[in-house]
Amino acid sequence: MGDHHHGPAKGLSRWLFTTNHKDIGTMYLWFSFAMFILGGFFAMVIRAELFQPGMQLVEPAFFNQMTTLHGLVMVFGAIMPSFVGLANWLIPMMIGAPDMALPRMNNWSFWILPPTFLLLASTLFMEGGAPAFGWTFYAPLSTTYAPPSVTFFIFSVHVLGLSSIMGSINIIATVMNMRAPGMTYMKMPLFVWTWLITAFLLVAVMPVLAGAVTMMLMDIHFGTSFFSAAGGGDPVLFQHVFWFFGHPEVYIIILPAFGVVSQIIPAFSRKPLFGYDSMVYATASIAFLSFIVWAHHMYTVGMPVAGELFFMYATMLIAVPTGVKVFNWVTTMWRGALTFETPMLFCIGFLVLFTIGGFTGLMLSIAPSDFQYHDSYFVVAHFHYVMVAGAVFSMSAAVYYWLPKWCGKMYNEAMGKTHFWISFIGFNLTFFPQHFVGLAGMPRRIPDYALQFADFNMMSSIGAFIYGASQILFLYNVIATIVAGKPVSDDKVWEGAEGLEWTVPTPAPYHTFETPPRIDPDHVHS
Amino acid sequence: MSFEAKRLWKLALGPVLILMSAAVVGAEVNQVNMSQGATEVGRDIYNLHMLILGICTVIGIGVFGVMFYSIIYHRKSKGVTPATFHESTKVEIAWTVVPFLILISMAVPATSTLLDIYDYEDAEMDIMITGYQWKWKYEYLNENGENVSFFSNLRTPQSEIYNTEDKGQHYLLEVDEPVVIPVDTKVRLLVTANDVIHSWWVPELAVKKDAIPGFINEAWTRASETGIYRGQCAELCGKDHGFMPIVVNVVSRDEYNDWLGAKQAEAAEIKALMAQTFTMDELMERGEAVYQRACLACHGAKGEGGLGKAIAGSPLATGELGAHLDVGINGVPGTAMQAFGGQMNDVDMAAVITYQRNAFGNNMGDMVQPIDVFNYKKG
Repeated sequence: MGDHHHGPAKGLSRWLFTTNHKDIGTMYLWFSFAMFILGGFFAMVIRAELFQPGMQLVEPAFFNQMTTLHGLVMVFGAIMPSFVGLANWLIPMMIGAPDMALPRMNNWSFWILPPTFLLLASTLFMEGGAPAFGWTFYAPLSTTYAPPSVTFFIFSVHVLGLSSIMGSINIIATVMNMRAPGMTYMKMPLFVWTWLITAFLLVAVMPVLAGAVTMMLMDIHFGTSFFSAAGGGDPVLFQHVFWFFGHPEVYIIILPAFGVVSQIIPAFSRKPLFGYDSMVYATASIAFLSFIVWAHHMYTVGMPVAGELFFMYATMLIAVPTGVKVFNWVTTMWRGALTFETPMLFCIGFLVLFTIGGFTGLMLSIAPSDFQYHDSYFVVAHFHYVMVAGAVFSMSAAVYYWLPKWCGKMYNEAMGKTHFWISFIGFNLTFFPQHFVGLAGMPRRIPDYALQFADFNMMSSIGAFIYGASQILFLYNVIATIVAGKPVSDDKVWEGAEGLEWTVPTPAPYHTFETPPRIDPDHVHS
Repeated sequence: MSFEAKRLWKLALGPVLILMSAAVVGAEVNQVNMSQGATEVGRDIYNLHMLILGICTVIGIGVFGVMFYSIIYHRKSKGVTPATFHESTKVEIAWTVVPFLILISMAVPATSTLLDIYDYEDAEMDIMITGYQWKWKYEYLNENGENVSFFSNLRTPQSEIYNTEDKGQHYLLEVDEPVVIPVDTKVRLLVTANDVIHSWWVPELAVKKDAIPGFINEAWTRASETGIYRGQCAELCGKDHGFMPIVVNVVSRDEYNDWLGAKQAEAAEIKALMAQTFTMDELMERGEAVYQRACLACHGAKGEGGLGKAIAGSPLATGELGAHLDVGINGVPGTAMQAFGGQMNDVDMAAVITYQRNAFGNNMGDMVQPIDVFNYKKG
């Protein structure tokens, strides 16, 4: 049996029944890209309506459905599954394991996603329309005043949570049990570390989200009053429960991105990551702090001043470990021998834009100032700097970096660089002016706006169309690479790349590390 | 002139208009920063905002400076050999401790401003603000005299929103009845909501407070300059979240007292009118004024309809009176037709229903008296 290498099954059954971490990773990545296009399409509708003052294309009620679905699809459909896909592909290869620890559950956690998003998207065609209460679905707008489709939304969130929890348990089990001999925790690549911590966050908070939507379900259909003052409940309770999930959630999105950047910057700096240990501790600190800062999303709900102060101080503290990470990345580049292939460009873009998003995050943490920023476009600008420039830029970097290893072919570098520059320009044109209109007083989630905001909104819309179009180039480049890219045969595709995934043949065979690799005990970390 | 050309023209004219009407404050065209506003708290918040923005800018220049230095001078194409260092405990401790100290320097002024914002003591007057889908209600909680209470609705007509007419200068930021407060007076705001969560935000007054159904939040403001200040609902509250502006008119004490006196007299008058029986002419005259204020935007100047159904010759306005009253008082759920019963007094309701039944070629000849509305509401 030892030498028996079997390849993938043929046809559709390969994908339906696969338990192979690479196949499942591939499916996650394609699915998340499809959701990225769908969520992006919703964003284009939003920006097209906001191109000029006045209502032109859609009605206000539909506009709210677009903002809601844009948020939900991007967070739960695009960003989260994309990093799970990356984890599936890379974690076994990075720790020298033959596959994920729980391969059948792995298949299941993926395959429940597509029907769930189909269900969620189908609410658009239901009577009363899709959910229109924002991706934060504050009660009672999402309960007493919600369209009937809210029940389908609640079911979707339950299943998404189920998928995430299964995916996370799998990652925890894999990292804890399947590391190759000699691959101690402090030798693991940082991507594995950040995902391990993320997985714990997911297991901790996804049930809380499930609790929140279950309470909604009870309020809507079973006569309870968790979130209704008329029955002795409290609408603010919803926000506490939601953000107890929601704040860790944003780190769930960004920590794997930190991991990706920590792999790629050293590779193209040709110099080891600076401060590996402190990176691990910083990640753990951020994860811990993420549990005690949730109410900074709620400074204006009328909390007692003591609560307000606690959440302000705790939130400001996050700047310390986040700062450590940024300083470490910059120091990694310092006195390296830098080259600027597409993955590196996206990482530098990440570094610049995420740092700006971090600064505005610090500004938002200051409770008195937040009374002016809260629920304005300043917040929209802030979280897109963190989410898009943080998660999506690093994800693009990851795809360009590992694609040659995955498919054995090299992407078109000129097209990749073009994708980066158009993305970078389009992104900043979209979101930088949103800081201005937010500070000038434009609330978020409005379908129409006062005339003084017109010019910056037009700029923002033009930027969004450019950014959206650049993703088509990305899709084209990836497909062109897989179909007709220039073959690569080096195991180590990039000169400066480090780690076990670069020791297996290119393209990575269907099964890798069937026998555990030997880890050099003197090698610091990969 | 095309829409674009008009907007460019307005843009060019914007600063001139602002200079000409010095009393009109608010977000300027293409404003890029937070405004200091008209309150001391607002100025404190602005200073805090600038302080932290300044610190972040300095740190940003440092971080990006080092990064771009590396990008320019430490590139492989310059033939450099990469260094191999990968840790330094001293450096790591330094950049953990120094940011921590910087944070403390931010926390001190932030705490003091926050405590100030939370000091509701010694307010000279109270206004109760209630958020409705999609308008605001203001109640002046006076110790003596008639209680003054009114709704404040978006005044921008649908025709401007749907681009069939030119947009006015205060497009979407204008209301039929602004809330009036005296200058240099600490006004306590008691904020709540009737249906979903709203948020009362006027940037120049540095107040943003969520309006939560079933709970009352406190906020306060003390405007140091007279003027008109404009804001909007800040919390997503459903379909017309973008269409429930706030306009605060800050006036001198004397003007405020005059205004309040007039409003109280008006309230007393309405009370007296409630018991009165009107003639057809009186009802029609009053009804026309109410129609123009409350109905015209959707139902048209001649009752021809628009966003709302036509009233001229409509089965409702020329049919049974009870059904007509029902729509006026309770609205039509699921449509833009609001329930006006709670926001219009019985005299106005009686007048406008009468008007609708006897204008635009509808010649029903019947009259509705305030007592009829009152009895209808009681069931």
